[in-house]
This record gives sequence, structure tokens and C-alpha cells, in this order.
Amino acid sequence: MSAKTKNRVNDFTIKLANVNGTGSASANSLLMKAIFRMGVPVTGKNFFPSNIQGLPTWYEIRVSKDGYLARSGDVDVMVAMNAETYEEDLGEVSKGGTLIYDSTWPRDKTLSRRSVTVLGIPLAKMCNEHFDNVRARILMKNMAYVGALAALLDLDLDVIHTLVKETFAAKESLIGANLKAIELGFEYAGKNFQCPLPTRVKALDKTSGHIMIDGNTAAGLGCVYSGATVGAWYPITPSTSLMDAFKAFCERFRKDPETGERNYCVVQAEDELAAIGIVLGATWNGARAFTPTSGPGLSLMSEFLGFAYYAELPAVVFDVQRVGPSTGMPTRTQQGDILAAAYASHGDTRHVVLFPSNPQECFELSLAAFDLADRLQTPVLILSDLDIGMNDWMCEELKWDPKYKPDRGKVFDAKTLKGGAEKFSRYLDRDGDGVAYRSYPGVDGDGAYFVRGSGHNQYGGYTEDAAEYQQVIDRLMLKWGTAKKLVPDPYIRRTRKASQYAIVSVGSCDNAVQEAIDRLSSKGIYLNYLRVKAFPFGKKVTNFLRKHERVFVVEQNRDAQLKSLLCLETDYSKQRMQSILHYNGLPIDSSCIVAAIEQAVSQGEAA
Amino acid sequence: MTYIVKPKIVHSGLQRNALGLTIRDYEGSMSTLCAGCGHDSITAAIVQAFFELHVPPHRVAKMSGIGCSSKTPAYFLSSAHGFNAVHGRMPSIATGASAANRSLYLLGISGDGDSLSIGLGQFSHAVRRNLNMLYIIENNGVYGLTKGQFSASADVGSKAKRGEMNKQQPIDPVQMAMAQGGTFVARSFSGDKDQLIPLLKAGIKHDGFGLIDIISPCVTFNDHEDSTKSYAYTRQFYHPAVHADFVPPAEEIKASYNRGNVMSVELHDGSRILLRKVSKDYSVHNRGAAIDYIRAHQRKGEIVTGLLYIDQGEPDMHGINRTASLPLNELPFDTLCPGTESLVSLQDLYR
Ligand SMILES: Cc1ncc(C[n+]2csc(CCOP(=O)(O)OP(=O)(O)O)c2C)c(N)n1
Ligand code: SF4
Ligand SMILES: [Mg+2]
Repeated sequence: MSAKTKNRVNDFTIKLANVNGTGSASANSLLMKAIFRMGVPVTGKNFFPSNIQGLPTWYEIRVSKDGYLARSGDVDVMVAMNAETYEEDLGEVSKGGTLIYDSTWPRDKTLSRRSVTVLGIPLAKMCNEHFDNVRARILMKNMAYVGALAALLDLDLDVIHTLVKETFAAKESLIGANLKAIELGFEYAGKNFQCPLPTRVKALDKTSGHIMIDGNTAAGLGCVYSGATVGAWYPITPSTSLMDAFKAFCERFRKDPETGERNYCVVQAEDELAAIGIVLGATWNGARAFTPTSGPGLSLMSEFLGFAYYAELPAVVFDVQRVGPSTGMPTRTQQGDILAAAYASHGDTRHVVLFPSNPQECFELSLAAFDLADRLQTPVLILSDLDIGMNDWMCEELKWDPKYKPDRGKVFDAKTLKGGAEKFSRYLDRDGDGVAYRSYPGVDGDGAYFVRGSGHNQYGGYTEDAAEYQQVIDRLMLKWGTAKKLVPDPYIRRTRKASQYAIVSVGSCDNAVQEAIDRLSSKGIYLNYLRVKAFPFGKKVTNFLRKHERVFVVEQNRDAQLKSLLCLETDYSKQRMQSILHYNGLPIDSSCIVAAIEQAVSQGEAA
Repeated sequence: MTYIVKPKIVHSGLQRNALGLTIRDYEGSMSTLCAGCGHDSITAAIVQAFFELHVPPHRVAKMSGIGCSSKTPAYFLSSAHGFNAVHGRMPSIATGASAANRSLYLLGISGDGDSLSIGLGQFSHAVRRNLNMLYIIENNGVYGLTKGQFSASADVGSKAKRGEMNKQQPIDPVQMAMAQGGTFVARSFSGDKDQLIPLLKAGIKHDGFGLIDIISPCVTFNDHEDSTKSYAYTRQFYHPAVHADFVPPAEEIKASYNRGNVMSVELHDGSRILLRKVSKDYSVHNRGAAIDYIRAHQRKGEIVTGLLYIDQGEPDMHGINRTASLPLNELPFDTLCPGTESLVSLQDLYR
């Protein structure tokens, strides 16, 4: 797809290469938001180092009139602000693209490539002339390139001005400087270059009814709306902003303006072992509680997760996945915890896992997770990832059903315990669905029992008796069957033509898969698509698999973990599944999917 | 925790407390520990303390980790909910329980292995959070349940049953709790009911984190000669520094207390702890001096006991957080969920 030959209006990618700690983040998100407000679908991805200041960081903005929100794999406009990565950045620009750099210091030699137009703007010089303060000079360079891009990409200046005013509403003194910097860049570009470029933005009406939000914020909001009152955590990238969001929303919605009293309690735990313990202590007492973490934290939580499975305590755990193994690459994305989450802990242990694919689903599945955890009295893990959790995604507005009532599951309350004809027995399967009734501490002595991870019988008593032990562990499997019926259905997209081919995928692969399907269908390859939203896999997943000769399983890890799980937990033949894997830490784009399927299909036809 | 139900025989002559309950109502199932185990005496003292305080048993949440000591919550307060956590992690369960329901009496039972080895981190953090609970360490210097290995509280020079000598420094939970801001720190001995019961009552009523480290000999693995956690050694080198008596709110202070070295500490519910100094040069309000005193005696092989430090003024976890006074688990959904309009207006931020 050469930049020259194609009409690039509302269909291109800008990449901004910066140094972290120089304040580029707010300029870059302002740029993205301006495009969004012009009604053009857009997405922003941040590639940042595990470091606070001084290392390279990139921000990629894809503008797509067709609403494709995965990475494009191309870079049409590069803003190269980091001298250290000039060469790398120049090399990455697609043929026919444009590179913008700070020409305060001439770099002609390093910065030339025949197929790329290089535009120099003396950003530092302009800012040094107009601003006295050293910090302002650094910060305003960012706003100056936003101004230049406004001219080059034909952005609506009014929209940008409004955004500046909103962004700095709390620090009004900064508005003037920022507007000035934008004007400097805008005028320089207008005077010196032919504006706009072929890659440019034209207002559309394709973003109304949508918001730009990151998944962690949406998930934190989901926790507030679900009625969660206790949160526990130990800081870890990329999950930290989830608890930050929860706390910020609680300060807004759950704090008594007069007394300052809080209707929530967040505990920063000493580690993840404690974080999950705090969650279990709280749910034992009838509160809704959750903990956000990432891979290393999930590993630490394993012992307690097995405990919660066996003692049957609700818990909601967000695993915002990052690159493993071990510490891995903390600021890169992956889907490497699928198996670890599904079977976390020793012994015959299995967990309900939900897989959001975007921020909107982070919100919706948070609510589902709390309901399922209470209904099934078991941990529910939500597997998000860094791409969803920390990047701003365009998604549909979040909706609220005012009729929603939390499903608190089966509980013997004070009335049932006191006046009740039936004696309370903690693990007795009264309803035949594998889910027993629980009781909360402090309510009534008749509901008292011991929560324990050691062998217990259906009455809640300690046991080492073979038959009694097995009865409970078999009932847990019956409960698993109930879980299959209760978890969210998969997302399914069918082609208009009948096809024996299908893609099965998960989570943040969704946008790349959707785009790949469109691209393949224009080449005459038609595929059905199923995206799992939950483990255990329900009937809809197994039925879908059965209807296809060949299934491509697309996921972002090396070991084909989703495929392994499908092999283990469905009767679909392993031979009929082919993995398409992407696991270098950058979010997947459609190209690797298109290439793999094209090849497989052509080989299949030849055979 | 083998479960043997104790037949509930209530003699008509049994004393009843203010709730009309007898001591039987505060008992649990039959202990399965070794005959003579110090832990059983502590269980008996706990039963007595709750009975005398006339706390409704179901308003207590009993929590423990793993170990012989951690089994004991099954042996008292059978109508209280219990939580046997994984090894060393009871403090986090207690933290969550308190977060969800601040109105319960939280009682944690742990061992020296459970709290000072695998659970040292969680123990410390419960202290510094000033979690409102009573935390009991049944300290026998060994891992009873895994058959007698040294624990982190074993003293230098103490010998194991098979003759091996411990050469590593002991971790003293009392000194740790004082250093980390504990607000009620005590030590006692399973063999001294008279000291222990009032301490338990004071600890239950204390607002904030209360620690009682109780020397509790393991008759099976650590009660021999050359052990510093045996009954004989503890009786010989036992050094009560402060005696604490608990006086319920309405009760008058007996005249005999008003003389000499007696100090009264008022608790939030109006009850008082009367501190009677046994040792003249001891101060219960001075962390530094208290630690020095304990260490000086430790060097002589002596075990300083009593209520060793108390501070009623520090805010607990909820005070620091400014949590609502109503337990969070009782708040209706409508007050927790911001609703449709808030969600609509909030999203203007994301456009
Ligand atoms: C993770 C884990 N590691 C090891 C054990 C084995 N274990 C059970 S009890 C115990 C030591 C208990 O010692 P202590 O807390 O002093 O209790 P005591 O039996 O002496 O009362 C150990 C190591 C376990 N249950 N869990
Ligand atoms: S082994 Fe020791 S600690 Fe355990 S029950 Fe027996 S005497 Fe008590
Ligand atoms: Mg021990």
C-alpha cells in the first residue's frame, strides 16, 4: 500500500518519537483528540520504556475513516523529536511518507532517504525565542509540533484551541503559552511547506456516540458501578491506573461532601499475596472486592486463588497482562497469562476467566465478573492487557441499565438462619446446580462455619474421609457446568458466504482480526470469526468450532495458550486448528494474520 | 482440624453472664492437640475472657493461619464464623474482614512459625496499619505441626529435642510490634491465667492493633531440658513488669488499686485498664525505654511479660482512611452506584 498511489485522506498513521519525561504525552493525546472531535475514527498507542525519564518513547496515532483501530503496520508521518532514534525512526517511515524534525540543529546527513520527504522546523529555536522559562521551552516544543501538524494535516484549529482550554482549565496561566506555541508551529509550516499533505484529515461524522477511553479507567469505573467497596492492590505496571481510576471515581461519587467519610476502602497491600488475601477477607464478609494486578502478581496470588476456589469465596482479579516470562517487558503487551489464569494454583483447580477486547468490554465484563463471582462463589479473573488497559481506544459510549441489580448469589440471611426450618450447612448442594448457600460473619450464630482450605465435607466440617472429600470436589465440577451456562457468550461474526474457515481469537486481537477478515474477503477468502469472551467455554463455542473444517487461532503469545485451552477443554480436533501467533510485545496488526491465512488457504487449495 | 463435637451439657447451676449465656456458649469443639499443649490453656483463657466480657459470640470473627496454634479457633466460640487462611496469611484476611465489616470483633490466632517466618511481612503490615484486631501469637519456638523444627523465635542456645542447638538470633514479635507502631503490645504465658485473662479482655476492647505474644510450650517437641520455651524455663525466668486489670465501664475501681503504682487507661467504650507496675522503672508509654528494658532482661535470659506498651490515641486503618462508620458490607447498592446520569455526564471527559 504505497502512500503515493493511495488517497490518504483520513487513512494514515502518524508516529511521534519523543524522549520520556519531556511532556510529550499531553501534546500527543491532544492531537489524537482533535482528530476524534473532527469526527474521524482514530486510535492512539503508546510505546514507552520501563523508566521515568530520558529514554525513547513513541506514540502512534492511526487515523482510519473505516474505523480500523489496530496498528496499521505503516508510518506515514513521523515526528522525530529524539535525536538518539533518528535513524531508526527514519527507517520506519513507509515509502512516500513524511518525516518532521527539529531543524534547530541541522541533521541533513543522518536524515535523508530518497523515498521520504523530510521537513525541518526549528522548534527549539522558535520556543527559545518566545519563552523565558527553561521548562516551558521544553514543553512548548511539543505544542509547536502540534501546531505544525495542524497545518500539514489540515486539522481544525478551533477544535485544537478548545482542547487546549479544556486541558489547562485548572491552570489557566498556561493556556496563553500553549496557544502561542501552536501558532508558531502552524505559521511556520504554512509559510514554508505546501500544506496540507496528501495524508490529511477531513471532518466526518463517524465518532458521535463514541468515547476515547483506556481500559483500566473503564474497568475502574465498572468496579464503582458494580458496588465494589473494597479494593486491594500492590502497584504494578500496567495495572496501576485501574486502581487510580477506581479511587478517583470513588472520591467523586462515594465521598460524603460534608463529613468527608468514604463509602469505600482501598488498601495498598504489602504485596500481591496480601492483596488477594484482603479481597478474600472482604468477600467472606459479604462485600464486593477486587484486586488489579499483572503477571508477576498473578503468580504470587496462586496459593490464595486455589484456596478461594476450594473454600468457595468470590473474588474479582484483574490481570492486565504484560510481556513475560518473569519481569519480562513491563511496558509491552502480550496475552501470556491465559493458562496461568485458567488453572492458577496447585491441585485440581480451575477458574472462571473473562476476556475483554476493548475498554467498553472492560466496563461491561467488570460488572459481569462481580455477578458471576457472587453467583458462583469463586474467583473470576478478568484478563485485559497493556494495550487495552493503558491506551486510549475509541469505543461506544458506556451505557447503564437503571434496572440493574447486583446478583449477590445464594446467601442465608438473618431471617433464613433464625426462623428457617432448614439447618445451615455451608457446602450442601440444595438446588442441584453445584452452588451451595453461604452466610456472612456477624449475622447469626446458626450460620457460623469455618472457611478452610483443608479437606471439608458438605456440612463444612473438617474431613480426611475419602468419600466426603470426593463428594465436595465432584460438586465443584458440577458447579463448573453451571458456570458454562452463566458466562458471557462469545462474540461471533459470520461472513455472507458459507465458509469452512474460521478465526478464533481473544481480547485485544479483535481489531486486527476484524481488519484482516475484511482484507481477506476482498481477496476472495471468507472467514467466520468467533472471539471467546469467557472460560469455561460454553456450548456456543463448541458448536461454532464443530461447524468448521479449519480454524485459525489468533493470539498474542508464543505458546499458543488459547489453542491449548481449546484442545484441553473442547473435543475439537487439534489437527484442525492452526495457530497465528504474535508475541514481540507490540500490539498485533492485521498483516501477519492476512499473510498466514492467505498462505494456508492457497496451500490447502493446491493440496 | 479434626472436628469432634463437644456435647453441650448445661448444668443448671452454671453462672450466666449479662447476655444470659453460660461459659458453654463460648466453647468450641473438642481439642485434638497433644495433652498438655500450651495452646489449649490459651483456648480456655479466651473462652473465659469473652464470657466475662459478655460479647455475643457471633459478633466475633476468628481467623488463623496454619499450624497447631492456628487450629485452635475451632475449639472456642463455636457460634462465631472462622477463617483458616493459608500459612502466614491471616493478617491479610483480617484486613479485608475489617475493611468490609468494621463492627466485628476480630480475633487472630497464629503461631511463631506462622507469624515470624512465612508470615513476617503480613504480620508487620497489620501492625503498621493499626488494624483494629486482637492478634495472638501462641509462641513455642518450634513448628509443632511439621514436627519440631526450630522457628524464628527460638532463642540462641536453645536446644532441639534431638540435641541440635539454635545459633541464629530470635525474632521477637513484641519488640517488632513496638518498633513498628503497635498500639497495644503485651506478652504473657499460657501457664499464667491470672495475667492472661485480663490482658485478653483489654486487648479485645482496645481500639487498634493489639498483640499478645503468649509463650505456649509444645510438650511434644520443645518442653525438654535446654529448651528456652519449656514450662520449667518459662516459670523460672518469667518476669512480669506490668500487671493489667480490666475494669468494665460501669464498674467501680476497687479501693486497693488506688494505692501505689497504679495507672488507669481509659478505652473508647468507657472501660478501663488498670496498670499495676510490678517493676518500678518500667514505663508503658515509652516505646524506646520499653524496648531497652525488654532487651536488657532478654540478655539475662529473662522473659518480660505484662502489658508492655499501650497507646489509645492513634487512628486505626479506618480512622486513617476515613471510612464510613456504617460497615461497608451494609451499604445499600443505591448509595454505592452513581447511576445513569452520572455516567452520561462523566463521559463528557472522554470525548
Ligand atoms: C505454604 C506452606 N508451607 C509449608 C506448610 C507446612 N506447615 C504447616 S504448619 C507449619 C509451621 C507451623 O508453625 P507454627 O506457626 O509455629 O505453629 P505451631 O504448630 O508451632 O503451633 C508449616 C511449616 C504449609 N502449610 N504451607
Ligand atoms: S505438637 Fe506441640 S504445638 Fe502441636 S499440639 Fe502437640 S504440643 Fe501442641
Ligand atoms: Mg510454633
